[in-house]
Amino acid sequence: MRILITKGRVIDPASGLDRVADVCITDNRLAAVGERPADFRPDRTIDAAGLIVAPGLVDLCARMMEPGTEGALKVEMQAALAGGVTGVVCPPDTDPPLDEPGLVRMLRQSSRASAGARTYPLGALTAGLKGETLAEIETLSQTGCVAFMQTRSLPHDNSVLLQAMRYAKTFELPLWLRPVEDTLAGAGVAAAGAVAGRLGLPSIPVAAETVALQTIFELQRATGARVHICRLSSQKGIELVRLAKREGLPVTADVTIHHVHLIDVDIGYFDPRFRLDPPLRSARDRDAIIAGLADGTIDAICSDHAPIGDDDKQLPFGEAAPGATALETLLPLTLKWASENKVPLVQALAKVTSRPAEVLGEDTGRLTVGAKADVVVFDPEQSWRVTADALKSAGKTTPFSGYELQGRARYTLVGGDIRLGG
Amino acid sequence: MGTRNPQLNSNGELHHLLSTEGLPKAVIERILSTADSFINVAEREVKSVPLLRGKSVFNLFFENSTRTRTTFEIAARRLSADVFNLDIVRSSAAKGESLLDTIDNLSAMQADMFVVRHATSGAPYLIAQHVAPHIHVINAGDGRHAHPTQGLLDMYTIRHYKKDFTNLTVAIVGDILHSRVARSDIHALTTLGVPEVRAVGPLTLLPAGLEEMGLRVFTKLEEGIRGADVIIMLRLQNERMKGALLPSAQEYFSYYGLTPEKLALAKPDAIVMHPGPMNRGVEIDSRVADGAASVILPQVTFGIAVRMAALSIAASSSRMQ
Repeated sequence: MRILITKGRVIDPASGLDRVADVCITDNRLAAVGERPADFRPDRTIDAAGLIVAPGLVDLCARMMEPGTEGALKVEMQAALAGGVTGVVCPPDTDPPLDEPGLVRMLRQSSRASAGARTYPLGALTAGLKGETLAEIETLSQTGCVAFMQTRSLPHDNSVLLQAMRYAKTFELPLWLRPVEDTLAGAGVAAAGAVAGRLGLPSIPVAAETVALQTIFELQRATGARVHICRLSSQKGIELVRLAKREGLPVTADVTIHHVHLIDVDIGYFDPRFRLDPPLRSARDRDAIIAGLADGTIDAICSDHAPIGDDDKQLPFGEAAPGATALETLLPLTLKWASENKVPLVQALAKVTSRPAEVLGEDTGRLTVGAKADVVVFDPEQSWRVTADALKSAGKTTPFSGYELQGRARYTLVGGDIRLGG
Repeated sequence: MGTRNPQLNSNGELHHLLSTEGLPKAVIERILSTADSFINVAEREVKSVPLLRGKSVFNLFFENSTRTRTTFEIAARRLSADVFNLDIVRSSAAKGESLLDTIDNLSAMQADMFVVRHATSGAPYLIAQHVAPHIHVINAGDGRHAHPTQGLLDMYTIRHYKKDFTNLTVAIVGDILHSRVARSDIHALTTLGVPEVRAVGPLTLLPAGLEEMGLRVFTKLEEGIRGADVIIMLRLQNERMKGALLPSAQEYFSYYGLTPEKLALAKPDAIVMHPGPMNRGVEIDSRVADGAASVILPQVTFGIAVRMAALSIAASSSRMQ
């Protein structure tokens, strides 16, 4: 199968390419980007005039609800494709947690059968994610786990984290950690500050993030382990990551797309759609996130997709499940951030394509000849209203519901297979 | 749930009473002056007025509080309403029914008003957003967030003794972090134009953002109450008394308990308030609680009239479908 995507504005963040060009695909790989070879005879031509052709999005955190909910992954994969996402990293906070090779095999099988985006499973770092004993991470790695994560917070016991780093370093496996010190985060549901104080919401201090980061970095110095920091939220935390990178520690970091746009004031009158984890912080923290994206301290933006049902969301703020549906809003909200902050598209798209792929160590997220043909063709001008009906995900709750957003995928190709728009 | 104040209808009238925050001064003043007219009802032969005749008021207490529930019940009965008390702690919630399912069920029983007490901050907002337009929601205390009728009865008490709000210094002393009463007092006091509102307590019991709310923060009781016209003492709950927030009730009393000696630092005509129930010997010395400056029992009496005012005013507003 040969596919020609013609007349589109081709943006490849990895190479800096941004011009009208042709993209040729042979079988499942990119055959040419730029001029179409004279002998290229396409079986299928996609007219991308007025559209943007870019690498498919690589999302560093999207919950597909499997294992746990039978059939859920298939639905969420449709959401991924509709969002132009061709690669999803699945965190291990499933039910049961992804801590056994059999579960990982089931997830990969289910993912292949769905004909959706590529799946990158994250194994649980500790058995049952309990933070007590190590999971069989090298075995899990052989089964297809790309890295190992402790979700929610650092292990309660620092010696477990130290040994996890040593053991992971033995096999050169990366750790993905949430920078949350649970003894300081406690039962908090909102960021410490004037909003939580006024609303009487139990709060999480910035120190829960900074103390965790200091612990991670100090143990990295002792072990040399590679760490990806998941979901930074505070100005002070970003500054610590900036210093760690300057020092040369092997560290990368991401933020969620919600934290690029929203702050604690947006909670308004206890709106449970704004109950997120990490909690939304102040305008100063949000501005630091935008600055951290600009100077490269923050490598990637993820959706942190969580398709939560109304039953778990239509509750008083503190009792509502944290999270939001986001696979389908990641692209338009990335475009919104770019246009509001005058970030060139080639740089903005890097945060959801080439940079997250580099964090993963995968040869996707780029339009390089010979690379896997994971491509999105989207209309940057198309405006659409975020409604329950417009979303393919089973999760309908997002802080952006009712918003008019711009940008929607027309075609999503995974390994040269047209899975959206075919 | 947008950012429009959900307790007012499109004419700016009180429809639900959820918080004193964002309540216009005119609405607060109307509640206080309406309460004046109810003060005497209690002393009449027939202790009721027919303002809520034929209306069904449901007391929904997801958290136990016999005292507060009783004051609301008395207020509703004096307005001639039919009152139903539901002890949700032991019924539906225990059976796993969701909050909004419970509300739907009770709405189907032709409720006109819900008086809600809930352990989670913001729960009455969720209910107010959910109910049919003719139903009114009164917040009887939600988590650490708000207890607006207590805040309003405190305002009534202050007005009764001090007449004018615009020249007062009011000190709120104790566990402000966990206190919904403190938050309701703070918003009402600043709206009514009190020039100096002080928060007094150890740093473990003071939430972030007090300065943004317009308060002066003091960590020493002596400094915090010096020259005050009104001192509002907060209850220290048992579970806070030992652990990481405070070492002991004894140490708390030594540094933050209001004794006659410390009270002498306030204005000579200062009044002392407390939302009850008091812990004598923890936050307040009995000699102060029972002394000449104490207005703690009048607060309880005024509370009935203020709740009658809040219920009747909310019930009289309408909201377009």
